[in-house]
Amino acid sequence: MNASIRAQFPILHQNVNGKPLIYFDNAATSQKPLAVINAIKDYYEHYNSNIHRGAHHLAQLATEKYENARTTVAQHINANEREINFVRGTTEAVNLVATSYGRKFIKVGDEIIVSEMEHHSNIVPWQMLCEEKGATLRVIPINDSGEIIFEEYLKLLSEKTKIVSIAYISNALGSIHPVKEIITEAHKVGAVVFIDGAQALPHKKFDVKDLDCDFLGFSGHKVFAGTGIGILYGKESLLEAMNPYMGGGEMIKSVSFAGTTYNDLPYKFEAGTPHIEGGISLGAAINYISEIGLDKIAAYEEELLAYGTEKFLEVEGLRIVGTAKNKASVISFLVNDIHPYDLGVLLNEQGIAIRTGHHCCQPLMERLKIEGTCRASFAFYNTKEEIDVTVNALKRAVKILS
Amino acid sequence: MQKSITEIENEIAEEFDLFDDQMDKYEYIIDIGKKLPALDSKYQTDDFLVKGCQSKVWLHAYEKDGRIFFEADSNSAITKGIVALLVRVLSGQKANEIISSPLGFIDKINLRAHLSSQRSNGLSSMIVKMKAYATAFA
Repeated sequence: MNASIRAQFPILHQNVNGKPLIYFDNAATSQKPLAVINAIKDYYEHYNSNIHRGAHHLAQLATEKYENARTTVAQHINANEREINFVRGTTEAVNLVATSYGRKFIKVGDEIIVSEMEHHSNIVPWQMLCEEKGATLRVIPINDSGEIIFEEYLKLLSEKTKIVSIAYISNALGSIHPVKEIITEAHKVGAVVFIDGAQALPHKKFDVKDLDCDFLGFSGHKVFAGTGIGILYGKESLLEAMNPYMGGGEMIKSVSFAGTTYNDLPYKFEAGTPHIEGGISLGAAINYISEIGLDKIAAYEEELLAYGTEKFLEVEGLRIVGTAKNKASVISFLVNDIHPYDLGVLLNEQGIAIRTGHHCCQPLMERLKIEGTCRASFAFYNTKEEIDVTVNALKRAVKILS
Repeated sequence: MQKSITEIENEIAEEFDLFDDQMDKYEYIIDIGKKLPALDSKYQTDDFLVKGCQSKVWLHAYEKDGRIFFEADSNSAITKGIVALLVRVLSGQKANEIISSPLGFIDKINLRAHLSSQRSNGLSSMIVKMKAYATAFA
């Protein structure tokens, strides 16, 4: 990876507090390449129009581009277009499944399984569903390295298990879960599996057929597209069986006061005028990373992770939180008893953007008996030089704070 | 003789004028925090917690001879320094003066630009809480 890639990301070329910006908060949101920025600009400059119903030229163009983006996403994860629902993001994808699938199929005494290290978005919707239905939420424990304990997961599975919902990659620690094995085991007891792909899609090739996952949610803004757009993938048969999530335009076939018939997939779950330029930006983003090659991206990020891990550990008193064998390019860390917030402020002062806090994983922090961590998360446009600068900045911050 | 809020604010502004580098300012803030007398552990409970901070800040106040006194602590060095500055300015003042003070020094030492855009540091929450204590004692 080199300067030509960084040149595609205009935002990276600026100073923050007098220092060149180093953006290590990619797990929160990714930066956008020109291909994405230009796609959004192009939409508003040349063919902004409401889609699907208009007979005029602009409407046809907008519809075509929006539906092309859906095809791009479908091909990217090896699904068909009817299985690709545009939503606002991963959070909405989880809520849609919890509400629409959950309300119809979950009954008193059923069980839903999540892990101890899930994002709040992959806990709270299930808690709400359980409360409504009298079902029980079961939690897969993790070990001290930040890996789920697979044997414990097997023990939780039973004929009562109806849904297993788990992140492919932990946002707080970067641990990569063995989702294929998790899915296989869940299917043995007849449960469906939702994969939270928010952190996985920017780093890994994802094949829904190979994994045989039932639902997948991910966010556009984490895969280099605009904000406010995301995807819910669901197996066609499951989506067909579910009721609509929201009522309104677009999701209907015909409306009368005697009764309304719903539209076919994928429009059934897309009430209202959609986030048209968001969808188009997601298509552009996926085309962009596909051109670079996800294998190449993954290999480079692994290199950054290995280098970053080694270099960060040179800081005296630094310990890495989350040392799973299989990890994405995320380094969560603490230094002695320094509060993460203090390190975050002093790194920001030196132009470096990291995340501090509980990363929307309070149950995980409780399990690890910490209040929060500092988290540096790398993307393919980051460099080893940036890691070196950050390590020096960290040393300076630690010195001030000790 | 107790100095007025404005007098103390001016003193702080002069001290901060010595620093060009923002990192040095933070180092100074951290030092001020280190000098803050420890808060009795009985006040380091949820009841005394200031809401809206990424770190924990405990704030306790009492009234003596018509003046309000503040004691505080934090598990973040920078936040502790910031609350220490507020304590230095407001502790020992009369309730009505605390309530009406615009705390202009925060802008003068350029703290707000650096900190208040992040809601996580809770600078405004601390001020609200201190003024609320003063109101309760007024």
